[in-house]
Amino acid sequence: MFRTLTTAAAAIALLAPAAFARDLVISFDDLNPGPKKGFEDAVAQFKAENPDINVIVNINDREAHKTAIRNFLTADAPDVTSWYPGNRMAPFVDAGLFQPVDDVWADNGFNEDLAAIKATMSRDGKIWGVPYSYYQWGIYYRKDIFDKLGLSEPQTWDELLAACGKMKEVGVTPFTIGTKFLWTAAGVFDYINLRTNGYDVHNALTAGEIKYTDPRIVATFDNWEQLINECGFVENHASMSWQDAIAPFANGDAAMYVMGNFSVDGYKNAGLTEDQIDFMPFPVIDPAIAPAEEAPADAFFIPTNAKNVEDAKKFLAFVARPDVQTQWNKTIGQLPINSKADISDDKFIQEGFALLNSATGLAQFYDRDAPAAMAKAGMEGFQKFMLDTSTKMEVLERLDEVQTEVYK
Amino acid sequence: MAHATMPDTNVPTEATWMQRNKLAIAPWFFLAPALVFFAIYVVGPIFESLYLSFFEWNGLYTADGESTATWVGVDNYVKLWDDPNFWTSLVNNVLWLVLFMLAVPAGLFIALFLNQEVPGMRLYKSLFFFPFVISQVVVGLIFGWFYNPDFGVVGSIYKAFYCEETVNFVGNVTFKCVGSPPDILSSPEFATYGIIAAGLWPQIAYCMILYLTGLNNVASDQIEAGRLDGAKGWKMLWYVVWPQLRPATFIAVVVTVIGALRSFDMIAIMTQGGPFGSTNVLSHYMFETAISEYGERYGYGSAIAVVLFAIMLIFISYFLWRMYQDEKGGR
Repeated sequence: MFRTLTTAAAAIALLAPAAFARDLVISFDDLNPGPKKGFEDAVAQFKAENPDINVIVNINDREAHKTAIRNFLTADAPDVTSWYPGNRMAPFVDAGLFQPVDDVWADNGFNEDLAAIKATMSRDGKIWGVPYSYYQWGIYYRKDIFDKLGLSEPQTWDELLAACGKMKEVGVTPFTIGTKFLWTAAGVFDYINLRTNGYDVHNALTAGEIKYTDPRIVATFDNWEQLINECGFVENHASMSWQDAIAPFANGDAAMYVMGNFSVDGYKNAGLTEDQIDFMPFPVIDPAIAPAEEAPADAFFIPTNAKNVEDAKKFLAFVARPDVQTQWNKTIGQLPINSKADISDDKFIQEGFALLNSATGLAQFYDRDAPAAMAKAGMEGFQKFMLDTSTKMEVLERLDEVQTEVYK
Repeated sequence: MAHATMPDTNVPTEATWMQRNKLAIAPWFFLAPALVFFAIYVVGPIFESLYLSFFEWNGLYTADGESTATWVGVDNYVKLWDDPNFWTSLVNNVLWLVLFMLAVPAGLFIALFLNQEVPGMRLYKSLFFFPFVISQVVVGLIFGWFYNPDFGVVGSIYKAFYCEETVNFVGNVTFKCVGSPPDILSSPEFATYGIIAAGLWPQIAYCMILYLTGLNNVASDQIEAGRLDGAKGWKMLWYVVWPQLRPATFIAVVVTVIGALRSFDMIAIMTQGGPFGSTNVLSHYMFETAISEYGERYGYGSAIAVVLFAIMLIFISYFLWRMYQDEKGGR
């Protein structure tokens, strides 16, 4: 059915007079109103600047896109597609389905303007895509509860544990979380690991170079265990999604949430006002470790089978331009990656921008940096550990087994 | 047949091959469409899975359309043997098989209960049949909420007994509880039982309807004869009604076994195999390793599919053999 449709479309395209000299097909992966508008506005501007290019956009739902891309890169490739950097792009790069875009970076000065993300966009010594947006992770907290308890933003691990003690005294659970879909636990793990061991260990671990039973990773888990025992997460987190976990936060039963900036909308929809919530970086555990943050990026790639590579590169150069990134990220409430871009005056965006600019490394998130099979096993292990901390060594040993299988 | 009624006016000529073999060919002609589709969509994939299970493959083709799979022999099966998640799934499959069988007697007793003349009986029957009509996904969602410790029925009952309403630190209403309400779907011990209970609800309805139709066919003269001989209650059920329900029982057992082995929707909706893989069954584990976001290991997933198929084959062979025996006996 689909085949006949595409052939029919191709036949029509052949018959149609060549009014537009070049078609540029772009696949995008977000149907939510904000992101969709940001993308469509950018495309409209691109069209206005390049009237000779006939842009055809193809917007899909995020999950559907994840499935579809596996087929369309071979069968019927668009000229540009959105995808994620880090290990998420690795299978496609390894299968030769994306083409390198080093020249786009060199010609447009992206090597300087997008320097922070360059390592994440690279594999095998080449650069594979151009990012248009990212967002920060950290701790979102109930400012009104902190004020009422006379607490300020904890800067260090000990201050955090002390603050937790005060919260528990008045019956507030320090952290909320919903681990039903697993990845939220990975956010907590990543941060404790980044603060305990730093960015290089995070990368070495997700690249399979060090074992999970390595003393450094065990130290991360020891800190995590301390966080669970002395601070504590809401009960029943294993049956809640991240959205469900907003309920205790909004109700004032829990005071902190390790999350990404996309969650701010959720807090506001749950009835919290801008004055009640605030953002703080995850506290320092070891002062000798340079600060690194989680900042998952979204990017565009050119498939190897793209038909109009020249215009595809033009579009890639366009999406990373400072003015385009400024406007786009204002619309979607995220951060531009181009260091010359401006940011909106939203307080979370401002804080995030400051945070990420001072970071020495940007992690993409455990499930984007580690291969899929490892990420799945790892996150299940994190959940198991969170439900019962006595399984620590059992979990880590199992992850070692999976690791030897996955990275061969 | 057609030959006999046709007026035989022509001088008998040499019959063509087609004419001579008409009777032998006709059934194959009618079977052909079904056979073709069965071969393409059922038999083909079985062999393809078997073939794929000897490869390691992430499901991708290169830009030229070449598969990126590499041959690994029986490696995937060796890995399965050492994979604790696989064993958890297998044990859960057995649990499903055993506990799902409860649907057969439960369905029988509801059918017996409903098999009486009362005004409005049709309505009651359809109400009992209702869970089978609604989608498994909906059943999963309903039970998921039902078990939810915060706002579900289970949580509410617990709260009524063990919690008291208080005002929290910022002045909102909250609950202080003795212990914590049971969180069935996120406890590794009970989650599988919780899902099976949800799965039983529509399955009992299915068995019930099978028995209701079976009960319609129970010969009334035998019941009467039994009654004259003084049979009633359990004896009547055991010696007179039950033997006549054998065909219904057979079908009920078959659909229940198959339903248990292919349980997938409920797990996908209620727990996604979690917490940490403890509610997985083979079909869901296969999906997870092969097709889901964190999977992309098609060879390994195929190996799981082959194991599941081997288990099903035992039951399928038995059922086919039974049916074949019945057919022979019936002739």
